[in-house]
Amino acid sequence: MDSARTNTPGSREGAARAAEPWDAVIIGGGHNGLTTAAYLARAGWRVLVLEKRRILGGATTSDEIVPGFTFSVLSYVVSLLRPEIIRDLELAKHGLEILPLDGTFTPLPGDYLWRTDDHAQTMREIRRWSAADADAYEEYGRLMADMARFIKPILGMVPPDPTSLDPRDWLGVAGLARDFARLPERQQSAFIGLMTMSAADFLDQWFETEPLKATMSASGIIGTFLGVRSPGTAYVLLHHYMGEIDGAFRAWGLHKGGTGAISAAIASAARAHGAEIRTDAGVGRVTLSPAGDRATGVVLESGEEIAAKVVVSSADVRRTFLQLLEPGILPADFEAQVRRFRFRGSSGKVNLALDALPTFTTNPGGTEYLRGAVSISPSLEHMERAYDEAKYGRFSRRPYVDIVIPSLVDPSVAPPGRHVMSCFVQYAPYHLAEGPGDWDNQREAFGDAVIDLVSEFAPNLRDVIVGKQVVTPLDMERDWGLTEGNIFHGELSLEQLFFSRPIPGWARYRTPIRDYWMCGSSTHPGGGIMGANGRLAALELIRSRRSRGA
Amino acid sequence: MTVGTAFHPRTAPLNAGLQWREWSGFFAASAYHASHVIEVNAIREAAALIDVSPLFKYELRGPDAVRLVDRLIVRDAAKLTPGRVFYTPWCDEHGKVLDDGTIHRLDDEDGAQVVRWTAADPQVRWLRMNAHGLDVEVRDVSESVAAVALQGPLSRDVLEAATGAPFADLRFFRRRRATLAGIPIDVSRTGYTGDVGYELWIPADRAVEAWDALVAAGEPYRLRPAGMLALDIARLEAGLILIEVDYTSAAHSQVPSQSYSPYEIGLGRLVDLGAGDFVGRRALIAEMTAGGPPRRLVGLDIDWPEIEALHAAQGLPPSASSIVSRAAVPVFADGRQVGRVTSTGWSPLLKKMLGLGSVGAAHARPGTRLAMEWTVEARRGTVAATVVDLPFFDPPRKRA
Repeated sequence: MDSARTNTPGSREGAARAAEPWDAVIIGGGHNGLTTAAYLARAGWRVLVLEKRRILGGATTSDEIVPGFTFSVLSYVVSLLRPEIIRDLELAKHGLEILPLDGTFTPLPGDYLWRTDDHAQTMREIRRWSAADADAYEEYGRLMADMARFIKPILGMVPPDPTSLDPRDWLGVAGLARDFARLPERQQSAFIGLMTMSAADFLDQWFETEPLKATMSASGIIGTFLGVRSPGTAYVLLHHYMGEIDGAFRAWGLHKGGTGAISAAIASAARAHGAEIRTDAGVGRVTLSPAGDRATGVVLESGEEIAAKVVVSSADVRRTFLQLLEPGILPADFEAQVRRFRFRGSSGKVNLALDALPTFTTNPGGTEYLRGAVSISPSLEHMERAYDEAKYGRFSRRPYVDIVIPSLVDPSVAPPGRHVMSCFVQYAPYHLAEGPGDWDNQREAFGDAVIDLVSEFAPNLRDVIVGKQVVTPLDMERDWGLTEGNIFHGELSLEQLFFSRPIPGWARYRTPIRDYWMCGSSTHPGGGIMGANGRLAALELIRSRRSRGA
Repeated sequence: MTVGTAFHPRTAPLNAGLQWREWSGFFAASAYHASHVIEVNAIREAAALIDVSPLFKYELRGPDAVRLVDRLIVRDAAKLTPGRVFYTPWCDEHGKVLDDGTIHRLDDEDGAQVVRWTAADPQVRWLRMNAHGLDVEVRDVSESVAAVALQGPLSRDVLEAATGAPFADLRFFRRRRATLAGIPIDVSRTGYTGDVGYELWIPADRAVEAWDALVAAGEPYRLRPAGMLALDIARLEAGLILIEVDYTSAAHSQVPSQSYSPYEIGLGRLVDLGAGDFVGRRALIAEMTAGGPPRRLVGLDIDWPEIEALHAAQGLPPSASSIVSRAAVPVFADGRQVGRVTSTGWSPLLKKMLGLGSVGAAHARPGTRLAMEWTVEARRGTVAATVVDLPFFDPPRKRA
């Protein structure tokens, strides 16, 4: 992780040229900020990245919290990292190493459900529960793959401005509409269902096995303050499948050295193209022209002023507009929309250092079942009840937990024979009944609730824990600048996606302030270690400069 | 009939999917896991145990053992002092490669030189024929010596834990004796993965005990057994050629074009024309005097977006086999065939489609853009393939 921590001092040449404005200053060294920096630098721009924390990566970060154990502190799997970014930035050369994450194990009292990449084995396993579900599983998989192929081009597309009359802006969407019209009727209706139904209802149409439905439904709620029975969650199921069809092209899995190493690889690519990256360099605010309509640079928290022709914020939309700009600059209606953008963080993280592997009471034997995800999702009722508590401002006493043990495929993250275990936990609502500030009082109880629940299925867990880190939504806000602890820089709900993300009419990475741009997860196409936001923002910027002839 | 190796009592139960292939008359596991990709992962991130017992192994013993080696290999065997290992091809009298393998200078015994010679094909007749007039005994020890490759970044940890002896000082292409669970073994810092790794040479009658000791020591290091499919990916990433795939042995070639000189298969750097005579030397001097051979081994970086485009043209999502293809495929420059790709496969590590090929010398410079045939749904197309330096993957840890 050394490279991620390295604070690159300005070169002598850089210092001499410091007075000259940078072509672009990027606020935030998360994976999107770094991706934008790398693409701009690759296009010949002089780029400076300013990261507030001592480590790069933002929420895509690894840290040795317990000596000898490297945690992927927040984000923990690579799902949708765009293959074109891997290629364009030659990330493999810069240390990108995605490792297989195979299967999902759902422990149950006295039983389990274990799905793997071994198709025959998975079919046999589902058939053990329901022969009809096994057949449906194949059909469902095909349908979702078809849907994902249909919807996927959106990820690589800059959303059109709904007010624009330029036909070029609408070509991509027109293509999509044409493709939709060509879909078989059955798929069209499935698509409508995906857009409107709850994950639970959608899955009920297909399956009868509770742990299967519950585990599959989980991908519909991650990062949102919705339950598996809330309408609109079906759509998010599809995101999972987009990862899967790309999965063959290996953007799905764990990362060697934790997710922070992804940021380190992108940072290395950015530096190789000449970008400068500073850590411990928090930006206080964006400086504007005297008329207040154009960004001219930034002032660091230290008071240092840095001039730039373009300022690009990878922070979330609330920070980008309400914290980094002085009040009163933005049009009132725009500012109101920013305030309305929903964050409502709903998840927490419990990272454990283990002396030995946990043993689940009922298991298929060996340790291979621990190599994929372990999902604490025994039934839809379990999932929905977890949400019920969150609605009233309490963390779930019996939450949904998504566990991975990366040390099983990447021994570099733990001492020999020992392990790290990452538990993603939902729900941990930012807005506690007592107020967000009360998280500091409830952190321990939250961590204990997670460990207690997992221990019900793996009783030796408590005995093998040698270190622990509990991350609450409040921690995510305070330490990582994730507003309300939302891991995706704002909920991935339908009305906050595509040309409505983050603000209707402002989905093209621009802002009402000239030369002030956005590139973070608050923008299209949303959160996850995708990098698409950062890439598309950079390509738009480059295109806008070219058309301006600058 | 195909039979099990000395490790079969252990490898057979591990191979739950009964995925075997035949290797020199022995069962060799293709994969022990449902997906061999996790075995590639073990080779690159942890440690893997690969049964390589089907290799042919010979023991050369006598005062002239090294002289026999020197007569046959293209390298200067005078440098093969006890404790050293050479990787080398050897040729017939026309300078065409018969086989390639590692040659280990064991410790002298009772004043006699001892050499272990490994090969893909049987060589005992060739060795004995060429031993004429030399004081050396050639014994086939293929069945009495079992061999297992312990490969991967944590292989040294596993080996040290298993033997209780330090191995950091055993340099790349060196060997020495060791004791594993009371069994006298020989350890060489060699392998076919392009990573940190060792090969362990074990008395066949104690192979099972040795396997058990390695597996027990390897548990904390996530040691996994790995099969031929994973090994094939690793060796492709490492740019290591495979006989009868990337070249044909002169012993089996049916027409002259099927015979290759060392210069044609990327092994020219090993040929030492100035260090005394060896079988094929005169032919190789003649070949170099005439301007070198007409073909060269190249690494190819195959353009993935073009492969995606061939799929998209038929409305299909992109797909690629996770197994290295050994089918030879034509390569073109300006629409004319200039060679063939002999090994093609996706590198899960480098996220690239890689190829090893044999092309005309004029097209072998790194950076040259060629086209290779690519078939999707039985429809032929071509995709760009750029010549790149080999190996594709060369971690510093390999030699460290």
